[in-house]
Amino acid sequence: MEKVLEVKDLKISFDTFAGKVHAIRGVEFDLYRGETLAIVGESGSGKSVTTRSIMRLLAKNANVDSGTIMFKNEDLNKKDDKAMQKIRGRDIAMIFQDPMTSLNPTMTIGKQVAEPLRKHEKISKKEAMNTALELLRLVGIPDAEKRLNNYPHQFSGGQRQRIVIAIALICRPEILIADEPTTALDVTIQAQIIELMKDIQEKIRTSIIFITHDLGVVANVADRVAVMYGGRIVEIGTSEEIFYNPQHPYTWGLLSSMPTLETQDSLYAIPGSPPDLLDPPTGDAFYPRNEFAMQIDTEETPPFFEISPTHKAATWLLAPQAPKVTPPQEIVNRHQHFQKIMKERELVQKKLREV
Amino acid sequence: MVADKTQEKIILDVENLKQYFNEGQRDEVRAVDGISFQIFEGETFGLVGESGCGKSTTGRSIIRLYHPTAGKIEFDGEDVSKIKRRADMEHFRRDVQMIYQDPYASLNPRMKVRDIIAEGIDIHHLATDVDDRNQQVNDLLELVGLDRSHGTRYPHEFSGGQRQRIGIARALAMQPKFIICDEPISALDVSIQAQVVNLLMELQQKKKLTYLFIAHDLSMVKYISDRIGVMYYGKLVEVGKSEEIYNFGVHPYTESLLSAIPLPDPEHERTRRRIVYKPAVNDGAERELREISEGHFVYCSEEEVPVFQKKLADKKAQTEKVEV
Repeated sequence: MEKVLEVKDLKISFDTFAGKVHAIRGVEFDLYRGETLAIVGESGSGKSVTTRSIMRLLAKNANVDSGTIMFKNEDLNKKDDKAMQKIRGRDIAMIFQDPMTSLNPTMTIGKQVAEPLRKHEKISKKEAMNTALELLRLVGIPDAEKRLNNYPHQFSGGQRQRIVIAIALICRPEILIADEPTTALDVTIQAQIIELMKDIQEKIRTSIIFITHDLGVVANVADRVAVMYGGRIVEIGTSEEIFYNPQHPYTWGLLSSMPTLETQDSLYAIPGSPPDLLDPPTGDAFYPRNEFAMQIDTEETPPFFEISPTHKAATWLLAPQAPKVTPPQEIVNRHQHFQKIMKERELVQKKLREV
Repeated sequence: MVADKTQEKIILDVENLKQYFNEGQRDEVRAVDGISFQIFEGETFGLVGESGCGKSTTGRSIIRLYHPTAGKIEFDGEDVSKIKRRADMEHFRRDVQMIYQDPYASLNPRMKVRDIIAEGIDIHHLATDVDDRNQQVNDLLELVGLDRSHGTRYPHEFSGGQRQRIGIARALAMQPKFIICDEPISALDVSIQAQVVNLLMELQQKKKLTYLFIAHDLSMVKYISDRIGVMYYGKLVEVGKSEEIYNFGVHPYTESLLSAIPLPDPEHERTRRRIVYKPAVNDGAERELREISEGHFVYCSEEEVPVFQKKLADKKAQTEKVEV
């Protein structure tokens, strides 16, 4: 598969009055053409900072301490502001969480949707407007022709998010970064927006980085999932591997703290609160909240252990010397399900070979 | 969780509650339009629906932050909207407390946590002296899983989950019987949501509390509630035991809402089909909440009752077949 984006050893810190906040502490991932990569994690885990650094939209007090972000064989970290302006909105576009504040209230939506085209391409006003109209139809704004001259306040929340998507897509970007695009919306509207994004992805083959903290949404949209904690990716794999064969105790905690149809007794809660990144703990950042923590977790940062070619997790539990632990019941059920899937798949493979 | 049916005591009885804003004007909003339900002592009643359906307004009308346009709200046998005397009102406000959605906006940033929690204690003169007041605050802090040393700090020093615990401690300081939880977890992270929900359930057991739990996250509501009411445009469209509503909801809106929830299970997500709700055309039939099976109410007309009853039976038969 073709790689569109390659992030390596990214480290970002922020200067604050309280000291240096180490928000990103060595993040690495690849993005392939046409896939959806979901990044999950709680607030402060660094998921938004990671994606903002790809767009180079970080605040002034941010320092990129190390790392490369390779896009089209060029390091985005080394580009100057002028060059970045040419990339933003054309090659890499972004959708923000709050559709109420990400649109300009004093501009008609027709102008706002056409704006990226006018900026990036030599195109007449009329042509740009026509493309904008097409896009608005594509994202499902009824009576798009009449509504080109409307202002944002004349639209509902769901419609505004559709307009934001239209703006992001008008230049047919290679990468679309969606930062919690449905968090501010109701479940029914959320479902519509997700369906729309999947539909459009199929049509124009964009790669999507989807940031969210809702694991249900992840299960729906993602091809691959990266779980972030304390400024690092702690587990990454295909959606199936993360949901049915999770290995990191933090992923276990996340999955078992959501009630499912079967949850009857007390809900599992991850104890404690996220780490203070002003003074990140040595070793595994999750160890103070980890009931399976071992001595080594407090001393040394775990490397990635490979579970399959597509699946790796950074936890000492996967080291060959580590004792065998029993994860929470919810996770045991998921692991059993995974084994069942794999067995079935093996059988199918066998049959195929025989044929 | 609910004890024997015969022993159940109705603690809150809402009858035909209407809450209109800008009444009689051109921009009249019927936020709550004639809803009736009862809450039994010691249970958790979940109220769900999308934003703007009137679920928060209902909570606010019950605690009399608004004056209801029409209808009756009876708490512990007393009509809330008829309370006139100041002393009676104070008594009512002690019995009924509220926990708010946004833990950042609901705590005064210029007050110390101790004073935030003790504000009600001071107003109602519940402490004999300063030592007693501090003792009460310390006990409350520990009850909600905070440290007593946290009392001298300010709200900005706490995380979202900790702030929500402070909000809960403030509500508990009044030794209430009934707490209205208005989306208490929707602003929190997943890992913290479970902590707060578990705390609320533990406190309910310890203090014999009754909750009205308002939320839009259906899976969490189903987990915490004994019974659920589904609201749509100011009306309750379905009420019943939470298991029953979740597994065998029959009103088209409930079905649509349930079908829109994404679950953390890729296989389920691949097969999930969303049902789109199309509100029924107004055919002039008189619709209200009608009981279709024991404890299960649906908003419908007289003629539709057998239709929904059949639908419910079909759904139940289908799951049994799958299980066999």
